[in-house]
Amino acid sequence: MRDNPMTAPSLAEAEETTLVAQSREGDGRAFGELVRRYEGKIFRLAQHVTQNREDAEDVLQETFLKAYEHLDQFQGAAKFYTWIVRIAVNQALMKLRRRRTDRTVSLDEAIDTGEDTIVREVAAWDENPEQKFSRVELGRILDTAIQGLEPSYRSVFVLRDIGDLSTEEAANALGLSIPAVKSRLLRARLQLREKLTRHFKRKGDDAFAYM
Amino acid sequence: MLTCKDFLHELSDYLDESLDTDIRAKLESHISECPNCWVIADTTRRTIQIYKGMDPYPVPPDVESRLMQALERKMAAKQKE
Repeated sequence: MRDNPMTAPSLAEAEETTLVAQSREGDGRAFGELVRRYEGKIFRLAQHVTQNREDAEDVLQETFLKAYEHLDQFQGAAKFYTWIVRIAVNQALMKLRRRRTDRTVSLDEAIDTGEDTIVREVAAWDENPEQKFSRVELGRILDTAIQGLEPSYRSVFVLRDIGDLSTEEAANALGLSIPAVKSRLLRARLQLREKLTRHFKRKGDDAFAYM
Repeated sequence: MLTCKDFLHELSDYLDESLDTDIRAKLESHISECPNCWVIADTTRRTIQIYKGMDPYPVPPDVESRLMQALERKMAAKQKE
């Protein structure tokens, strides 16, 4: 099977497997390369979930320290990135829970299952609305929209659509059922769509009530 | 006949292309006749694309250097074991 180019790992994956193997042997430079590859993605994810700069810095550090410590438990069946995302999410959720224990809702709290999904604004967008903004402005718009989501929706959206985890992987990482992940993802996506519509809608295309 | 509510319920799976062919065909027939659902599907798809295209956050040099130092300490401790 190894000779079959269809089933052979891509160059990037092969390199990564080598880096992981070298790291396991105690090669610090190899692990440093893995850190540099993914630190930006993990930092972004940690900031989105915790909504707190200091916590995100802690999560970043704890994630890679834990990953190094438990490298022998990494099976290699999943991608290294997926594995560290799960570590990062668990660290981030722990921070969030610790901060919220005496107020607001728990992330595990049962949430309705999509019966009352509401769409309030329907307006078509410009052809390339994001090009009307600078990268910094666009980043601010996207970040602010995510910040406005409930934590339980936000975590699901961040894992699925920013962290690129599958529904099953996100359910696993968050300790949720697959239907719960799907229902929260739908709501998160619709709410973000609505928030972005305020910035991106075509001029003169007024939003109107719906459903 | 699919209602707009039915459409909305399946929207995520529709955009993720994880639906069976027959239900997908029903949804496509619905949006071809329902401008509101078409707009919702189009703008939701673009919302996801925009977020997927976001740059990773640059890690500030001081944060990265603290991380690397902590790792070096961990590696040194592991080697002693």
